[in-house]
Amino acid sequence: MAAIRPLDDALSAIEDGCLLAVPREVSGVAMEATRALIRRAVRRLHLVTLPTSSLQADLLIGAGCVETLETSAVSMGEFGPAPRFTAAMTAGTLKTRDATCPAIYAALQAAEKGIPFMPLRGLIGSDLMAHRSEWRTIDNPYANGDPIVLLPAIKPDVALFHAPMADRDGNVWIGRQRDLATLAHAAARTIVTVETLHEGDLLADPTLAAGTLPGFYVDAVAVAERGAWPLPLPDRYPADGAHLAEYMKRAATPEGFARYLQDFVHARRAA
Amino acid sequence: MHAAPPERPFCEEELLASVIADLIGDVRHVAVGNASPIPATAALLARERGGGRPYVSLLQSRKHNFFTSGGVELFDCAGQGRIDVFFLSGGQIDGQGNINLVNIGEHDKPSVRFPGSFGSGYLYYVVPKVILFRVEHSRRTLVPKVDFISAPGTSPDHVHRTGGPVALVTNRCAFSFDRARRRFRLQSVHPGHSVEEIIAETGFDFDCPSDVGETPAPDAATLQTMRERVAPELAEVYPRFAERVFGIACGKPASRAVSA
Repeated sequence: MAAIRPLDDALSAIEDGCLLAVPREVSGVAMEATRALIRRAVRRLHLVTLPTSSLQADLLIGAGCVETLETSAVSMGEFGPAPRFTAAMTAGTLKTRDATCPAIYAALQAAEKGIPFMPLRGLIGSDLMAHRSEWRTIDNPYANGDPIVLLPAIKPDVALFHAPMADRDGNVWIGRQRDLATLAHAAARTIVTVETLHEGDLLADPTLAAGTLPGFYVDAVAVAERGAWPLPLPDRYPADGAHLAEYMKRAATPEGFARYLQDFVHARRAA
Repeated sequence: MHAAPPERPFCEEELLASVIADLIGDVRHVAVGNASPIPATAALLARERGGGRPYVSLLQSRKHNFFTSGGVELFDCAGQGRIDVFFLSGGQIDGQGNINLVNIGEHDKPSVRFPGSFGSGYLYYVVPKVILFRVEHSRRTLVPKVDFISAPGTSPDHVHRTGGPVALVTNRCAFSFDRARRRFRLQSVHPGHSVEEIIAETGFDFDCPSDVGETPAPDAATLQTMRERVAPELAEVYPRFAERVFGIACGKPASRAVSA
């Protein structure tokens, strides 16, 4: 059962070299926790994004925390290309395992089911296959002449995300952000930051229960108010566009990025 | 490039959205992925014209998004044929309809890196009408052969494929795609552009009929719907685009006068 813990303590399961899975920008990204991981100088992460990422991956890459990135895309959306991701890629310092969105979902779904792989349509003839020797094409055993790709399960060591609320039993209300359930179901451990604690039992109210991730998936919960800032939290707050524009300006150079880290990560001036 | 020439009552984004809305046609469900403000405008325009149909799912939107089972639901829907129209782009697009969303140069140390393939490595195969969209029409973007195939334009006959490209819309023209011949065909030339210019600015060969016409301009009713009804909805997902093109901020009515 999950304990409500201080943030740094809750993040202790994220060790150097760990396979860490995180959600896309609009699902609920644990940005305050991400800043805490950078302050702790976590290293050699194998970062899996479900299925894309924006500022979170860019910050972790720029801060030297990521060894391998498994993603369908990293982009700052309307703000443009992700600057530190792009710089690391063109410098050849970041290993990537390029995927396509449903491949990451499918590989995590295999882990959810406890099975070794999942088949997926598409992919045949894509150069993504050329760089993923573990993705194999087989003949559909139930038909003739129907090639289909198999993807091995992705079993994250830890899933990390931000949600609106949790109760004291570690039940987490995720609403319709079902990607967060996919992450928690697949991962060996799940760490969640929340805006607030809910007094009472989230599973007792049927309208809340349908959107609740049961506490038995959850290893640690930490309260982090505005914990997705400057990214949005669905139905709670929008992205902080002015801050993201400031980030884009600073992160365009390594020196500007270092100053950004100093001012907004190490100085704990977040939110 | 964004300001309308004085003699024209619409801007480039409005023309392209109108072209794409016509291409969407009579369908049930249109989905719009990341970084696609003009396709999103087109899809919402098609919905307004259709009195609420097709269903439009903007994948980054809270409001315009019907899915309640996460990202898996989109891809499951698409795999079954429940998504009729999707939009894809590319850092490079070639004459066989192959798209590159990954890199130029060596994969491990590229000279240019794009964000990544997003859903293309799957959706391009299973969505019946994929409309390719790339504003910048140049030899840099429309190339003889892409450096990296995120998703191929066509597949061999024995590969399961229920979808693929039907068209490519740029700032200069609209192409249709002939899947059997694996080639683009010039469909119409946008106002102010010419066939000669398009040939000169396109890096791949395409079929060019002698009687190719001009892309129809959006009419006054289309422009009014876009500016008054669609633009405020866009601001939730594309606030910067909505402000730049339509002059509106999130949750507020358009400040731009409807004078068309």
